[in-house]
Amino acid sequence: MAKRTIVPFGPQHPVLPEPIHLDLVLEDETVVEAIPSIGYIHRGLEKLCEIKDFEQMVYVVERICGICSFGHGWGACASMEGALGIKIPERAEYLRTILHELGRVHSHLLWLGLMADAFGFESLFYHCWRIRETVLDLFEKNTGGRVVFSICKPGGMRKDISNENLQEMVKVLNGLKADIKEVTDTFIQDASVKNRMTGVGVLTKEEAMELCAVGPTVRGSGVRQDIRLTGDHGVYKELGFEPCVEEAGDCMARTVVRIREVFQSIELIEKAVEMIPDGPVDMKVPKKVEGEFAIRLEQPRGEAFYYAKGQGTKFLKRMRVRTPTNINIPALVKMLGGADLADVPVLVLTIDPCISCTER
Amino acid sequence: MSAAYVTKSPWVVHYDGSSCNGCDIEVLACLTPGYDVERFGIINCGNPKHADVFLVTGSVNEQNKGIVKQIYEQMPEPKVVVAVGICACSGGIFKDCYNVMGGVDQVIPVDAYVPGCAARPEAIIDAVVKGLGVLQAKRDAMVNKVEAPAEEAEDAKAIEAAEDAVTEEKKAVAVPPIFTMAEIKVNTMDFLKK
Ligand code: SF4
Repeated sequence: MAKRTIVPFGPQHPVLPEPIHLDLVLEDETVVEAIPSIGYIHRGLEKLCEIKDFEQMVYVVERICGICSFGHGWGACASMEGALGIKIPERAEYLRTILHELGRVHSHLLWLGLMADAFGFESLFYHCWRIRETVLDLFEKNTGGRVVFSICKPGGMRKDISNENLQEMVKVLNGLKADIKEVTDTFIQDASVKNRMTGVGVLTKEEAMELCAVGPTVRGSGVRQDIRLTGDHGVYKELGFEPCVEEAGDCMARTVVRIREVFQSIELIEKAVEMIPDGPVDMKVPKKVEGEFAIRLEQPRGEAFYYAKGQGTKFLKRMRVRTPTNINIPALVKMLGGADLADVPVLVLTIDPCISCTER
Repeated sequence: MSAAYVTKSPWVVHYDGSSCNGCDIEVLACLTPGYDVERFGIINCGNPKHADVFLVTGSVNEQNKGIVKQIYEQMPEPKVVVAVGICACSGGIFKDCYNVMGGVDQVIPVDAYVPGCAARPEAIIDAVVKGLGVLQAKRDAMVNKVEAPAEEAEDAKAIEAAEDAVTEEKKAVAVPPIFTMAEIKVNTMDFLKK
């Protein structure tokens, strides 16, 4: 048996935008075991809700993660609205869906870029991020922020987006499609990319279900699981949503799922803009929260869970968030066992890790 | 971009303290097309030993303060630290969290602060460029130190003057483009009161 060595990976590492630490136990060049340790970005947000009232809490929850910040804001608002027992106007629900899907486009493009960087294809990385800038411009134009928007609030939206702006958004996105296709075709067809991703980090359907993986990670293993199907948030039921599923379970399959979701999100936005009703986007909310409520949301990275419990004052008693990366770490550890050392960056990125979500 | 400062291409190393990712992706957005600081020769390198500028996002906590310090110590002199985002300046929105110690300046000396949540790429680029001024001053100070060993008294004077220049420069530069730290604090307090 070869001698075992332990290689520390992270927290500061060129491929990691965020700190996570892995102890890789190696036998020659093969990883036998990976021991993750986290806690570098823990801030203690859930405790903060005791000193911030429930409307201020939205700003804090949005900053759980700057990549899916809209989704987090939505989740927090939806859970508080549930606890308050109010139903927001339909137009607000549509707007939230549209912005959430736009967030998915930006998040997946960002991930595609980071993935390309992880296997050393730098120009592909730059092209993905170039396209993403256009999406960010759309965000900036319609919400005022590039990464953190604060446009959701309990009771609806802080401001309306005019129908002309929405139509222009669709036009810009449709114009982007050709660009996105050119870049994503490289992922699917380029031989060097294929060599790095096909058959790497296979997670079978059984394993994925047993480890409770979520989001594109589980959909890449052939499981039709998507919280948008439940229809308890947004207007996905009205839009006729069907998740993208791939069977192979390797890095390539997970990439293809995300690529298909980019196009699917653009279609969903287009449909939603066609169907959006006129009307108010905001309503009065009670000043005190009582009761409790939990809601699940499909974030770009998978299922996120939000729980709010009031105590009859403007402060919440408890705000609980469970995020997708947290749930996907066991799947990552499983994939790392038996992998090549050179594949570790690709595998770490394949679950689309968001450490600041995980640790809050 | 003041070309006089760019005597060589400055390399940056980036570390995420306990940020929300918002500022990190803006740092990366600076490097990628759209803002593209690579045209000035600024590259993001993963290795602190190669870097001149240290970009820190997010505040420090018990778990990561050692790492921030380590990265800082591994960087060769002269070096410049830029705190990106209000989290890195003072703790920002997470200031009251139990696991947040406050700004990065609690652990390592910071040369430029970038306000904003999330900090805008333009502001980050501005801070790096200002940081280059500090870098140049520090470099000059080092050169003077080496070049003037002859007369003790003059030597000391030269060093003093050089150090003065550095602090002067720092004073001029450490101030973010629009507000000073104190002003930001006051402004934020006012805003919160409203
Ligand atoms: S300053 Fe704001 S956007 Fe930047 S890391 Fe802190 S919370 Fe996130």
